[in-house]
Formats: sequence, C-alpha cells, structure tokens
Amino acid sequence: MSDDKAPDAKLPGEQKTVDTHVEGADSAPGAGLEREDAQPDEALDAVALVPVGAHVIETRTGMWSAGSGDTSGYGRIVHTVEIPNEGLPSEGWYAGVVGRLLKLVPDALVRVVFDRGELTFFVAREKLTEVMGQLRDDAQLRFEFLPSVSGVNYPSDAGAELHVAYHLQSMTHNRRLRVETTCPDDDPHVPSVTPLYPAADWHERETFDMFGIVFDGHPHLTRILMPDDWVGFPQRKDYPLGGIPVEYKGTTVPPPDQRRSYR
Amino acid sequence: MGIEDKIPQGVLLTTVEGIFGWMRQASFWPATFGLACCAIEMMTYGAPRFDAGRWGQEVFRASPRQADLMIISGRVSQKMAPVLRQVYDQMPNPKWVMAMGVCASSGGMFNNYAIVQGADHIVPVDIYVPGCPPRPDMLIDAMFKLRKEIVMKRPIGAHELEEIEAQEKAALEAMATHEMKGLMR
Amino acid sequence: MSTTDDFYAQPGEETEGTVYTAMGGDWAEIAAEQAERSDEILVINMGPQHPSTHGVLRLILECDGETVLSIRPGIGFLHTGIEKNMEYRTWTQGSTFVTRMDYVAPIFNEVAYCLGVERLLGIENDIPERAQVLRVLMMELNRISSHLVCIGTGGMEIGALTVMTIGFREREMILDFFEAVTGLRMNHAYIRPGGVATDLPETGIAQLRELIAWLHKHLPEYAEFCNENPIFKMRMIGIGHQDLAACMALGVSGPVLRSTGYDWDLRKQQPYCGYETYDFESIAWKPTDGWAPSDSYARFRIRLDEMWESLKIVEQCADRLESSRGKPVMVADPKIAWPAQLAVGPDGQGNSHEHIKHIMGESMEALIHHFKIVTEGFRVPAGQAYVPIESPKGEIACHVVSDGGTRPFRVHMRDPGFNHLQSVPIQCEGGMISDVVVAVGSLDPVMGGVDR
Repeated sequence: MSDDKAPDAKLPGEQKTVDTHVEGADSAPGAGLEREDAQPDEALDAVALVPVGAHVIETRTGMWSAGSGDTSGYGRIVHTVEIPNEGLPSEGWYAGVVGRLLKLVPDALVRVVFDRGELTFFVAREKLTEVMGQLRDDAQLRFEFLPSVSGVNYPSDAGAELHVAYHLQSMTHNRRLRVETTCPDDDPHVPSVTPLYPAADWHERETFDMFGIVFDGHPHLTRILMPDDWVGFPQRKDYPLGGIPVEYKGTTVPPPDQRRSYR
Repeated sequence: MGIEDKIPQGVLLTTVEGIFGWMRQASFWPATFGLACCAIEMMTYGAPRFDAGRWGQEVFRASPRQADLMIISGRVSQKMAPVLRQVYDQMPNPKWVMAMGVCASSGGMFNNYAIVQGADHIVPVDIYVPGCPPRPDMLIDAMFKLRKEIVMKRPIGAHELEEIEAQEKAALEAMATHEMKGLMR
Repeated sequence: MSTTDDFYAQPGEETEGTVYTAMGGDWAEIAAEQAERSDEILVINMGPQHPSTHGVLRLILECDGETVLSIRPGIGFLHTGIEKNMEYRTWTQGSTFVTRMDYVAPIFNEVAYCLGVERLLGIENDIPERAQVLRVLMMELNRISSHLVCIGTGGMEIGALTVMTIGFREREMILDFFEAVTGLRMNHAYIRPGGVATDLPETGIAQLRELIAWLHKHLPEYAEFCNENPIFKMRMIGIGHQDLAACMALGVSGPVLRSTGYDWDLRKQQPYCGYETYDFESIAWKPTDGWAPSDSYARFRIRLDEMWESLKIVEQCADRLESSRGKPVMVADPKIAWPAQLAVGPDGQGNSHEHIKHIMGESMEALIHHFKIVTEGFRVPAGQAYVPIESPKGEIACHVVSDGGTRPFRVHMRDPGFNHLQSVPIQCEGGMISDVVVAVGSLDPVMGGVDR
C-alpha cells in the first residue's frame, strides 16, 4: 500500500527526531540573583550565547551497521544524532561563571552547553590559552585543578573532527567545568595548556598518541602508550580495531569491528 | 624378575634421568613476570592461604638468570612483547613457560590492535591455564601437572639432544595453523 | 686552570670535590680536563620486568653513585586498547571491560563508568536504595583490600615480608565475600548501569558480619607492626615529598594529596551513591603551623586510618542491608534493567530457576526484554558526562560520550595512577635509588589503569 508514495517518504513513526524543549534560554536569570560573581547584564550576554535547540552531528539511516543485509523492516529508520542542550539554568553558579569569563575574555566562547547538570564551554583553539589562563587565575573562577584531558573523534562533524575535552575542577568553589575545543582533520593543531597546567603533560601526549592531535608548545610530544615507532593513531574512528578472526568448532567468528551490530 | 630380585632390600633402582627430573620438579623457581590482573592472583598463590612455599615456589626470583619457570600472568601488549622475549632468552636451560590466564594463552577478551593474541606467538609455552583470572587453586593444579608430567619427564644428555632434533624436524615439516581445518569438531 | 682549592674561598669556607677556576682564555683546557675525568653518571634502566609488584613500569634513571639525578617513567607496556574495544560492545558489557583497568580496585572502575552511563540515561535518581547501599558496601570493602595490597607490597619492597603475608591473609577474607556475592574474586562486573547485577546470597549478611569481626580483630596488627617500627620510619619519613602546590599543579589527588594536609575527599565534597548519609571521616594529615609531612610515611598512616573508616561504613551498610531485605537491586525500568537473576545451580552460576520460569512461562514481555537487553542492549541518549569518584588511589572518573546508540561512542577513564606517575620525577630526583622504590610504592599506581 506504500507503492504510490514517493520512495523516500517516511511512514509515521519511522522518522525519529529528538525534540528538545529548551527552558530558560529566552528568559534572563531572576532579578533577585545575588551573586558577587556577575552583574546582571553580563549574565544576559551569557545567556544570549546559549543556542536554542540541540546540535546535530549526524544523521543515520537503518538499524544495523552499514553494509549488512537487513530483513527486519527497520531499514528505513532515520535517526539524527543530536547533542542536547538544556540552556543555562537560572539558579546556580553557571550564569555567573559564564558572565565573568566573558567580561575577562570577550567573545571567548563559540557555544555554551548545559546538559545533565554539566556545563561545557566550546572555545576556539586560538582563544584556548587565554581562556584557560583566566579560568585558572581569576579569583572568582579559580579552576586550578585539571584532572583530565580527553580526545574524541567525531568523523561526521565536518571541520571539527577532533575534539579535545578539558575537565576542570575548582577546589576553591567546589565546581566542575568542561572546556572543549575542536580542530579539523587536515590541520590537527591545538595549543598546549601544559605551561598553565603541568598535569596536562602526559594527558596531551596520550591524546596525541591516540588521535594524532598535535599540541603546539608541548615540551616533548611523543608517544606514550603505543611503541615509539607505531604508525597510525589507534582511537580514531577510521583506525580498525585490529582483532583477528577466531575459529571455534568449525566456524569462524570475525573480530568485533567486522561483525554486524546494532547502531 | 630381573635384577631387582637379586639385590638386597633397601636399595632403590632408577635412572639418572629420573633423579634429575625428580629434583627439578621439587625445586622449581618461577621468575617474576607479573603483567596485569593475573599477577595479583599469582601473588595470592604465593601468599599464606594458597602457599606455594609448600613445594618450594614462594621464592619468585627477580632475575631470570636464576629462574626455571616463567609464568606469563597477564595480557602481553605490543610494547611488552620484545621485553618478554628478552627475559625468556635470559633464562638458562632447562626452562619452562606457563601461560596463566586467557590473555596470555590467546589474547583473552582483548581481540584488538594492542594485545598479542597469545604469548605462544613469542615464546614456546608448555602449559596454558584458562581463567580470567584463574583462581590460585587452578594455578596450583596447573603447576602440579606441569611438574609431574612435563618437568619430571624432561630428558637429559644425549636424549635431550635427540629430542631437540626431533622437535626441530617436526617444526620444519609442520602444517601452518591456518591450514588445519576441522580441528574442533 | 684546575685545582682542588678555591682561590676565592673565605677562610673557613671549605670546598668539596673538584673546583675549576676559570681565569680567562683557558676554557678549552678546563673542558678537556673534565671530559677525561670519566664521568660517574650511570644510566640505569629499572625495566618493565622487575620485582616491584607495581606492574610493568619502566623507570630510566641517571644516577651519580646512589643519588638519582634524573628519572623518567616509561609507561604503555600494558596498553590494552580497552577504550577502543568498548566502542564495539554494548553499554552493559562495558562494565566487564572497565573493571580490568585498575585491577586491584575493580569495583571503582565499574562505579565510575556506571554513574556516567546513568547520568546520560537520566536515571541517577531512580537507582534503588538497596542498590546504592550494595555499591557503597562493595566499594568500601574494595578500598580496604586495595589498601592492603598497597601496604603489603610496599612493605615487601622494603623487606618487611610479614606485612605482605598478613595483608594478603586479610584480603583473602574480603575476596571470599566478593566471591559469595558476585561469583568472582576479582574483576567482578558486578556494578551494571541501573544498579547491581544480583542481590546478596542468603548467607550474605552473616558472612559480612563475620568478615567485619575478623577485620576488627586483625587490622590493628598493621599499626602494631609498622607505625613505630624504626626501620619503617627511617625508610619512609621524608621520602617522596610532594607539597600541596606540586600536587595541585600535577593533578594529584587521593591519599597523596591528603598527606599534604589538604582535606579533599570526593566522598565528602561531591558525594555520590548516598555517601552523604553515612557517618565517616575523611582522613587527612592535620597540618601543624601550616606544615604537613607530605611524605610516604604520612600516606601510609592515612591509608591505615582510611581502612578503619571504611570498616565503619561497611558496618553501617550491613545494618541498612538487613533492614532492606527483599528490596530491588536494579532500576525499575524494564528496558534498561539487567534482567537476569543469578543463582548457583548444580552446574555452576547461571540464571535462577524462578527467572527462567518467569520468562518462559509467565511473561512474554519479560522474555522479549531479556532477549533485547542482552543482545542489543539499551540505547543511551546522546550527550557526554564526566563523573568523578574517590577511589583508594585518588580521583577516578569516566568521561562517557554517547551518540544515542547501543554502544558507547567514546569512553575515557581518568585514572589516578596516570597523574601520580607524572610526579615521580619531582619526588625522586635528588634522592637515592632505594627511595625511588618507596616513593613509587607510596603513590600506589596500578599499571592497568595507567595504560588502559
């Protein structure tokens, strides 16, 4: 009965999108907000930066990994992968921190994401050193502890395939923050924060080893986990898992990355 | 029937090979080659409850030159593989190798770029112990089997040379593993 | 012009060693003379295979005699590619992988990962109370057993072999309890997203009470053996000094940070799993006049006291478990909750008879849920989360990124040992070779977590 429909028309229920309701994005924090950290007008600027709606990174069709035969009937599912964004909440320290940072480093932030209780700043790599310096040194920010630097590879995010996520912790104010910066595949350079946070030394080496992101200004950027002469960057999505097929009772089980799997 | 009937009581007859084998399995020292989780179970194997000292094995020799046995306990990564081979080469003959745990036997659950899929790609293994990690009881069982069936029966002298030659000949004529089909039916 | 006397020394100012006095135009001679004096700097490789039981850590030392001039740690000998492997397995199977990172304290890896996944799922507040209590119980028992391994191997490395034998004796009792509850002595995969895999067995509480009594009786032995032991103190006091500024700069947390006098314990500062409802102290060295020793001895004492606090928490957990018998241990949502009820049958551990009867005979939905959750896994909405918890070594955290699918998109574990090994040069350069062993032991790195 679907023969007279256009080939790519979707049946009801087949098209799945994430419908985010962003609260607080178009309302300023309450006038009674008493924070020494931020003036009300800074907070308004901060809130204006928060984009409405989620950030789509990929659209996928089908339920199984690409290239596998599908008799399930779910082959025409279209699934968009979106990073949700709730918008800055009106209570809490979040708006104050955003405002304070913007006062110190104007147009520092490409995007602010608040999702599941965690605040993430997206920073352009050119501004990274300045932003991290202010985050560490300013008395009202004081994110003096850098526990972790991790890389993520989003192959479908054109122009920003490699993300570096810096997780900051302020012990003075007992707060956590994530600063994320991106770089494209064909120019994978990010300034190093090792002069500011010596803890990042080995973390950046590991991110270089696993993703190929070159941290400019790092004192000795060499491989740390793989052998020194290894070729390739293992945790990128285009690097194979590298397993071998296993023979068991007359059949061969392919390695995990070559099996058919749910998406 | 033979000579045993003609000798007085209290005399035991055996071969030199038998004595060598019996002494080797009674005093049989492992080298520390603890890599990962199995190393903790190996330490527990030397600890009071599962006491390897009962058969003389609580002295884990730090130097491979003083050790008879290498217990590869844990996953062998690509970076560690040359070190494994070097330590094996530093051990004097006669030496034995036990692959403890599934990671050392076959790569275990880590079927990926970073782990060698079985230590027998690098060193010849005498006994494999499955488990993730194997309980110290399993390690004790494997150790006993190794001692009684392999260590005690090792030939010496001219017999050893013959056996080495026979092994080399067999290895030269052996079929590649990927050509052996239908092994596990 | 070289001489052993210093022309310019004041009377009473002694000189040590060889002194070169450059008078102008003679630098080439001085350099040549220094070059032919054979340099006494040794380059030593404490290679990946060595009797210190911290695993496969390579230390490259340059020493002048016994004094360490420079030290560099080399890691990566246990890199297993766990994080990449997890991208090809379901979210629940991730628990099995993550548990093998820090294999001395496996429960903490699992909890950090599962808390991250639960934050992404949005079920953080729906985890049943009994599951949270079980998580805290397993975590605190694991904290005790991890500290026992640290103290035991640390003692063994300085020659106190009895500390190791008694440490492992206590650890065996704890591992017996773990085996009774989870089925495995190590690497349990017990904490799953949504709760825990299975409830306590029927004899669980009784066994737990016995364990608590045993630990009460035997934990004082460590203090008796070691605290005032003159050899222990000589080997550990002043060794591995790292003050607060260095700890903060290098991202060091846990007992090492608390030995500097700064009381930072994530169970108190950023509580999770209901820790705010338990009565316990966070152990830090109380500084006197702003000074705290920040050395190996302080860390050792902190670990001993932390074991007592953990025992306190375990007792509170036992009481709560007694009063909450029969309550669920998995989240109520049947599309996420791990469906199996495990029991020990005649052929080992497997699905319990009641569960099989339920899914085969009584409820079609339960069968479908069981099948789909085990084969496909549940879907986790897209986003990223970073959840830190306090492991016996320090702050362990899991950065989880999901793309909305049944498999993790990226999982990165922040292991405390990774940062602690960065601070080995600060602690050891200028000291002696024998102090390197003590300092590394007091940092308590576990190479499985460092290399992942």
